[in-house]
Amino acid sequence: MVNGEIILKAKGLKKYFGIRRSISEVLARKPPRYVKAVDGIDFDIRVGEVFCLVGESGCGKTTTGRMIARLLPPTEGSLLYKPTRETLNKIPPGYADKDGYVDLSRKLPKKLDKLLRQEIQIVFQDPFGSLNPRMTVYNILKEPLIVHNIGSTESERREIIYRALTEVKLTPPEQFFERYPHMLSGGQRQRVAIARAMILRPTLVVADEPVSMLDVSIRAEILQLMLDMQKGRNLSYVFITHDLAVANYLCSRIAVMYLGKIVEIGPTDLVINNPMHPYTKALIAAVPEPDPKNRFKIREVPIKGEVPSAANIPPGCRFHPRCPYAMDVCRREEPPMIEVEPGHYVACWLHSKH
Amino acid sequence: MALLEVKDLKTYYYTLSGIVKAVDNVSFSLEKGEVLGIAGESGCGKSTLAWSLLKLVPPPGRIAGGKILVKDNDLTKMSDDEVRSKIRWKTISMIFQGAMNSLHPMYNVGEQLVEALRYHSSGEFDEEAALNKAAELLEDVGLSKDMLRRYPHELSGGQKQRVVIAMSLMADPEIVIADEPTTALDVIVQAQILNLFKKLRKEKDLSMIFITHDLSVIAEVSDKVAIMYAGKIVEYGTSEQVFLNPLHPYTQGLLKSIPKIRSKEKIEWIPGVPPGLANPPPGCRFHPRCPYAMDVCRREEPPMIEVEPGHYVACWLHSKR
Repeated sequence: MVNGEIILKAKGLKKYFGIRRSISEVLARKPPRYVKAVDGIDFDIRVGEVFCLVGESGCGKTTTGRMIARLLPPTEGSLLYKPTRETLNKIPPGYADKDGYVDLSRKLPKKLDKLLRQEIQIVFQDPFGSLNPRMTVYNILKEPLIVHNIGSTESERREIIYRALTEVKLTPPEQFFERYPHMLSGGQRQRVAIARAMILRPTLVVADEPVSMLDVSIRAEILQLMLDMQKGRNLSYVFITHDLAVANYLCSRIAVMYLGKIVEIGPTDLVINNPMHPYTKALIAAVPEPDPKNRFKIREVPIKGEVPSAANIPPGCRFHPRCPYAMDVCRREEPPMIEVEPGHYVACWLHSKH
Repeated sequence: MALLEVKDLKTYYYTLSGIVKAVDNVSFSLEKGEVLGIAGESGCGKSTLAWSLLKLVPPPGRIAGGKILVKDNDLTKMSDDEVRSKIRWKTISMIFQGAMNSLHPMYNVGEQLVEALRYHSSGEFDEEAALNKAAELLEDVGLSKDMLRRYPHELSGGQKQRVVIAMSLMADPEIVIADEPTTALDVIVQAQILNLFKKLRKEKDLSMIFITHDLSVIAEVSDKVAIMYAGKIVEYGTSEQVFLNPLHPYTQGLLKSIPKIRSKEKIEWIPGVPPGLANPPPGCRFHPRCPYAMDVCRREEPPMIEVEPGHYVACWLHSKR
């Protein structure tokens, strides 16, 4: 596929989780309530780009990532994905539109489903929980090959696993084949998790906070490894993080999420150096920096309080209870997404007319 | 005379498979009103060091040597009872790693705050006086008095962390040790909690020891910094000295590995992993990962030398053989 072509289009993507109702609510016939984890977001991801979803815990970034990896079905909206040409040829008619996009939110036939799962892979946050403690590294990496029928003989598979481990710099690979996850350090485990995602040669990889559980010194190494693999294979990443400094280092475009909505989206340089939304500004102001002068001053974080529960979203702009600039209109109406400069969008009444 | 002085402290774990030297010959001092940051990767012994300062090292670990002088009392020579009645909470209190998740789910915040004080105040505080004190401290940490009656499940992460900070201040300690106090928090809450520490320190003239693996967090609060590697302090000095003029290759490596928000400077990292403490490499413990390793590094351990007033480093690059 050509660089710059859109590989994934999300339109009005929503994910609601039902809250279990108490007996009194059922008897009173109250309507069911939902946690609106993702509440209508739109974005495009282009081939060869690192797209970042940034936000605090509970903003819906992981849920979005899981929907892209198809571990969760969306409640509403569409997720249009463009498979590679070879896959496209194998797709039964009627599932791809004329531009070659397949809607991932639909129920797909098993054969197609499997093809697409091979192309979209995920790296999880917790390398201590995402690897089966009773499987050796070799078997962990062999599993996806078995599922997707790659390599016909054992020696062929061994060769593929050998190369995958070399690529994530777990060398010499033979030494790692028979090890169990508990025998590896945090950084090594995350490398195995990356190798497991990459061994299927995916085109789109969702990385859900892959470095947040690691020490600072190991973090840099894993980030660089992921960046090198992305450049080497021309992959597209959806990188989920709460750390704007990491996003700044890695990503070409950033989407800032707050309570299930994207509040600002644009190229990294524009979002970091010229943030428009008060929430983005606060996030940037809150990032600690290794400068000893900081201890003499109180870091001004212009917003107060903490993220409200996604079960009880404030009306109007959902950020208004914490916003230092909240106006009347913010309490009443949800702000539309507007383009403030080329490619840089923000959803805030401060920047749009009403 | 420093408020707290640690001299050649050794804390070893005597396990069946050998002695693990988690803290090995560590020395530092802390003045009144000063904040010391201790930084290092996981497994470098920084938490064990904190536990040692309260004589709370879990078995099979124990303090094997050295001195911990708190206002001229040597903690290592005191009995457990004496430490409990004189030192813990009143002189030194600690915010443990993940303490906010250890609040008791079935007691409200008030009860938990009061309990600590009543056990450690030998009767000066009755229930009501203790509750008043708790209410006062909650306000100091930026929470309202109503919090006293709330239960932990009703609070957010940031609020729980504030409760834990209030708890550590209940018996008016002079030194507070905080072990990774912001690690599980979101950036905005982290900034708020760090601001709270800055404020408390100013208002109460508190001395603090801040333990974290994140050098940016240390820079936000600390006057002095100690960098630990494999159970030893490898560099020690004021924040300005350590951050602006890092001398140990390990410190330099750590600083280069932090991604920054204001620049796209390429990050670098230290290859390899920290050694196991049961069997550290001979000579300088950092030599297998050090880009400047020389012959002498493999043979002999570097001494701690003072390169400029108050700035110490243990590295052969800076000392004569």
